Amino acid sequence: MEYYLQLIVNGLVVGGIYSLVALGFVIIYKATKVVNFAQGELVMVGAYMCFALTVQFNIPFIWAFFITLGFSVLLGLAIERMVLRPLIGEEHISVIMVTVGMSSVLKSLVQLFWGTQIKVYPQVLPSEPIVIAGLPVAPVYIAAFVLSAVLFAIFSVFFKYSRTGIAMRATAFDQQAAQSMGIGIKNIFAMSWCIACVVSSVGGVILGNINGINSHIGHLGLKVFPAVILGGLDSLLGAALGGLIIGVLENVCDGAARQLLGLGGFREVAAFIILVIILMIKPYGLFGTKEIERV
Amino acid sequence: MQGKCGLFFTSYCGEARIFQSGFQKLMVVLLIAALCVAPLVLDVFTTSVMNLIFISVIGAVSLNLLTGVCGQISLGHGAFIGVGAYAAGQCSLHGVPFPLAILTGGLITAMVGMVFGVPSLRLKGIYLAIATLAAQLVLEYVFLHGGVLTGGSNGLLLDPPQMFGFSFDTEGRMYYLLFAFTAASLLMVSNIMRSKYGRAFVSIRDFYLSAEIVGVNLFWYKLIAFGVSSFLAGVAGGLWGHYTGYISAEQFNIGLSISYLAMIIIGGLGSVIGSVFGAIFIVLLPEVLNIVANGVGAYFPDIAQHIVALREGVFGLVLILFLIFEPEGLANRWRLAKAYWKLYPFAH
Repeated sequence: MEYYLQLIVNGLVVGGIYSLVALGFVIIYKATKVVNFAQGELVMVGAYMCFALTVQFNIPFIWAFFITLGFSVLLGLAIERMVLRPLIGEEHISVIMVTVGMSSVLKSLVQLFWGTQIKVYPQVLPSEPIVIAGLPVAPVYIAAFVLSAVLFAIFSVFFKYSRTGIAMRATAFDQQAAQSMGIGIKNIFAMSWCIACVVSSVGGVILGNINGINSHIGHLGLKVFPAVILGGLDSLLGAALGGLIIGVLENVCDGAARQLLGLGGFREVAAFIILVIILMIKPYGLFGTKEIERV
Repeated sequence: MQGKCGLFFTSYCGEARIFQSGFQKLMVVLLIAALCVAPLVLDVFTTSVMNLIFISVIGAVSLNLLTGVCGQISLGHGAFIGVGAYAAGQCSLHGVPFPLAILTGGLITAMVGMVFGVPSLRLKGIYLAIATLAAQLVLEYVFLHGGVLTGGSNGLLLDPPQMFGFSFDTEGRMYYLLFAFTAASLLMVSNIMRSKYGRAFVSIRDFYLSAEIVGVNLFWYKLIAFGVSSFLAGVAGGLWGHYTGYISAEQFNIGLSISYLAMIIIGGLGSVIGSVFGAIFIVLLPEVLNIVANGVGAYFPDIAQHIVALREGVFGLVLILFLIFEPEGLANRWRLAKAYWKLYPFAH
């Protein structure tokens, strides 16, 4: 039993990071209808940026973190302006492939600057585990979870009450109507990419503090798909819950497969098998908007 | 359809022909002749690159039938090619003759493809893309953990293909075999595209609701598109496995699926000649990069370590640039070039 409890706790922590990355994905999808295959690479770029600032330039961690966020804003602006804006109104496949191309470019840039070796962040939080309900949990995990929750709360409030947030929701709902009410659609698109980049960077920095980073972090971007499909592609709450559920499910499935069937590495596919099942039963997820078509 | 100057059609059949004018036929015959002579004059390395191009052309044209013509985005094509490679490999390991092994590989892949195509009735656009992505990752896992069937992480070792007691054990011999298969696949896809099925595929791509209203059975035709496309992918996989003589799970990762998608986008969606151009482009890209890296190696001694990263970056950059500046791909450039020379020197 304790084995599974430990798996669930680990799953919640990993799921917290999935939630953050999924949050970025959903913000982009909601406002611009772009399916971003480069989400994992945005996480990677943020993680490496913060690493470079703290270790190579010896900037205190907290300042490095904020500079990374600023850099992410610029990155988001650059991506939206140079890559995505020329493709507004193109077919699905073109937009998907342009983000795939972007993920290749970002991955290659990171490898050119920092190589493929694993990099370890300096110790920021104490390593002494805290005991919760009889289970030892590292402080960095708790920090990760808390930070994810705080960010999610901030964005929920932002979308609910702030002018910009409401404008973004209006754009997501109906672009033409939003534009005729005087909302600058292009600014909203740029804004959503900035937010997504910032959120992803936060995820990257947390991940770096947990495991260290290498150029394979980008694979995390693929795990976003089960999370967002489960939650519904355009729901923030769905992204948060979906990430947590997928994190727990894949850890438990992996543990169960290891213990009962003796299968290793099941973690990589468990989430995708769940994904296929969700697509078959409930393609618009838990909280997604149903598209209704009539002939 | 845009006819050439002085070329008049008196029947619909004439308009639907693949090679419409005598000049075109002459050019095709000359091209085939040139390709037949090529391995006799080229060195082994160039021949091996041409062989890879042939295999990629089969894979690209099959994906183009599904994605470019029928509009069903597939991110799992690399895995389907893998299924074909493993199935054909197992067949020839069990003593099935080579042509039959390739055929069986293709048929098994067609069945697998159709199973993963079943969700395509309910799922459209990005949902289908994500479902095929899941198919890719699940199949990758099966390749790696398939036990005896796939050889696990050790992979499968294959002998060179044999037909009627003749062994295709050199690059030059393999060249003719692959050339024949490629020509047959291109002909097959061209003919499917101008048949009833091809027109149904195009109508589904352009607007599925009106396709259904004019009597196209969406489920059936989408399933056929998945089946035919996967069959050819399986053939490409079987040939690839026999050509390299070694099948391992890493070959058929998500990167392979992406590079096939890149081929048809760079070549031109929904165009047979575009698939050929795209395959040539993507296969030659790393080779050209290697040559450039060797050329400038004297000035940048570090470049050898970075070549893998550079290759990926250039690949992504080319993909982005094509999507932004030439979304219709090389096939469109080819059309423009032909139009230019047709009117030369009176172009206005």
